Amino acid sequence: MIQITPQNIRMWSLLGSCGAFGAAAESVVQENSNIVMLTADLCSFAGLSRFSKMYPDNFFNVGIAEQNMVGVAGGMAKEGLIPFVTTYATFASMRALDQIKVNMGYMKLPVKLVGMTAGLSVGILGATHISIEDIAAIRSIPNICILSPADSLETVKCVEAAVQIAGPVYLRLSGSMNNPPVYKADYDFVAGKAITLKDGEDITIIATGTMVHNSLRAAKLLEEKGISAKVVNMHTLKPLDVDAVKSACSSKMIITVEEHSVIGGLGGAVAEVLAGIEKKPEHLIIGVSDSYKPAGEYKYLLEQYGLLPEQIAEKIEQNYKK
Amino acid sequence: MIDDLNKIAAKMRVDMLNMAYSAGKSGAHIGPALSLTEIMTALYFSVMNFNPQNPGDDCRDRLILSKGHGVMAQYAAMKQLGMISDDELLSFKHNNTKLYAHPSMNSEMGIEFSSGSLGQGLSLGVGCALALKLKKNNSRVYVILGDGECNEGSVWEAAMLASFQKLNNLTVIIDKNNIQYDDFTENVLSMNPLDKKWESFGFDTEIVNGHNIEQLLQVLNKKSEKPTAIVAETVKGKGVSFMENNPQWHNGILSKELFDTAINEIGGVL
Repeated sequence: MIQITPQNIRMWSLLGSCGAFGAAAESVVQENSNIVMLTADLCSFAGLSRFSKMYPDNFFNVGIAEQNMVGVAGGMAKEGLIPFVTTYATFASMRALDQIKVNMGYMKLPVKLVGMTAGLSVGILGATHISIEDIAAIRSIPNICILSPADSLETVKCVEAAVQIAGPVYLRLSGSMNNPPVYKADYDFVAGKAITLKDGEDITIIATGTMVHNSLRAAKLLEEKGISAKVVNMHTLKPLDVDAVKSACSSKMIITVEEHSVIGGLGGAVAEVLAGIEKKPEHLIIGVSDSYKPAGEYKYLLEQYGLLPEQIAEKIEQNYKK
Repeated sequence: MIDDLNKIAAKMRVDMLNMAYSAGKSGAHIGPALSLTEIMTALYFSVMNFNPQNPGDDCRDRLILSKGHGVMAQYAAMKQLGMISDDELLSFKHNNTKLYAHPSMNSEMGIEFSSGSLGQGLSLGVGCALALKLKKNNSRVYVILGDGECNEGSVWEAAMLASFQKLNNLTVIIDKNNIQYDDFTENVLSMNPLDKKWESFGFDTEIVNGHNIEQLLQVLNKKSEKPTAIVAETVKGKGVSFMENNPQWHNGILSKELFDTAINEIGGVL
């Protein structure tokens, strides 16, 4: 069992979600030798350098061939192994999308697909490397659970959960190194059960991934303006915690915040639930606008898309006053 | 023994024609199934460790039909093994059937994986072969590809990994019938010389007449330190003269008249 100590939480936050993933991988394999890690020439990037040396039999670098990697993992999963497949989120999801559909969706082979640097964090490398479409693409395929941890500790929790989940999982890792922690101590994580991090009377902010932290900060800014915001961490995007969305309907406004396209991600998933509810408040979808912007550093791109805490607060305030 | 196997192959051809006729106006991939007849016969009735009474046995050899549209040949083998009844056979391509037009993963039937989207079976086979080695299980993995299917890049991604990982428990059989969906492979995207391609990707490569069971058994039973690729030269629609080597019979509709003609021809073999 991995030790959740203040020191470890600090270390994982410094390492970011990829480093935290690697630490979690080293922990889970000690309890289950059927766990194998695959990567498409991104061993160190995926935080697996130490794992590859400690557990060489459980580690497979398949080269730069993502479609094959997902298929190989499918074959391994059928034979009783628990394969984690790692690469950049954009290649993990869309380069191999048909393999994901056939292996993970259609055949329900328990492959654990790990998308590193989802969202905008590697935006300096250009639009080829950002991943703002992965949730939409994978969410539309039946039978795949989608986990989107809010910070490095939750990344560790999600790796443990992915091992326990009998079916296929897409683990969406957002953020970069120095990932700001949302959780500072151990807590109960149950896949499919959203977590209320802050109570509030007026509005409900439902966020996922890195935007949980930014939403908490936005909520603080909104308090100063007299708007009381509840903040919900929707760490599981599929199956969505429908009850959490329904209970948000008692607020005066629902806001979804995500580091993903405003099309088809958390906002889309929540809107699909709201569509079937008669009495519901206005729903504001905050995310990456439907566009590719020029390459830039992470924080710069977050600003370009209006995803910094102050910008989130401002957007909510503008719409709330309407 | 070879005679017996050829008799089974002839019966399988009748089964396939019955399935194709039963599929009615939706048509059936009869040409690419008939080209597989002897390959399936050799595997199921001689080469593979496969117990029809216990198709999920962990000791079984794994057969992955990556060119899923040829599945009638696999169903026909299962019929001859007593795993599929006459009634079930004729449910092929009907609503709610177990016998999909492309195989659907079914451990009770010994269908390892679903297929239909081309170019994916070899990756699955590589995954199985790696896992079997890790589990110290001596079973073998057989993957059947089409020659047209070899257009898919993912096939070659998997081939690279198979030889790099020295998967000597893996055999790839390429049903080289020289016809793909649109036309002869020569007119679409020729892969020739296909054997040289597999060889250069690190496979122990053999070329055989894919309708000669004796030749097939010889190469299928050969041991190698490398993964094996068998380029089986076949005839699309083999056994039915009007279908043979005719691109129109990649997927065709059998009228009563054509069905009777075809059955008579195969009957002649019986």
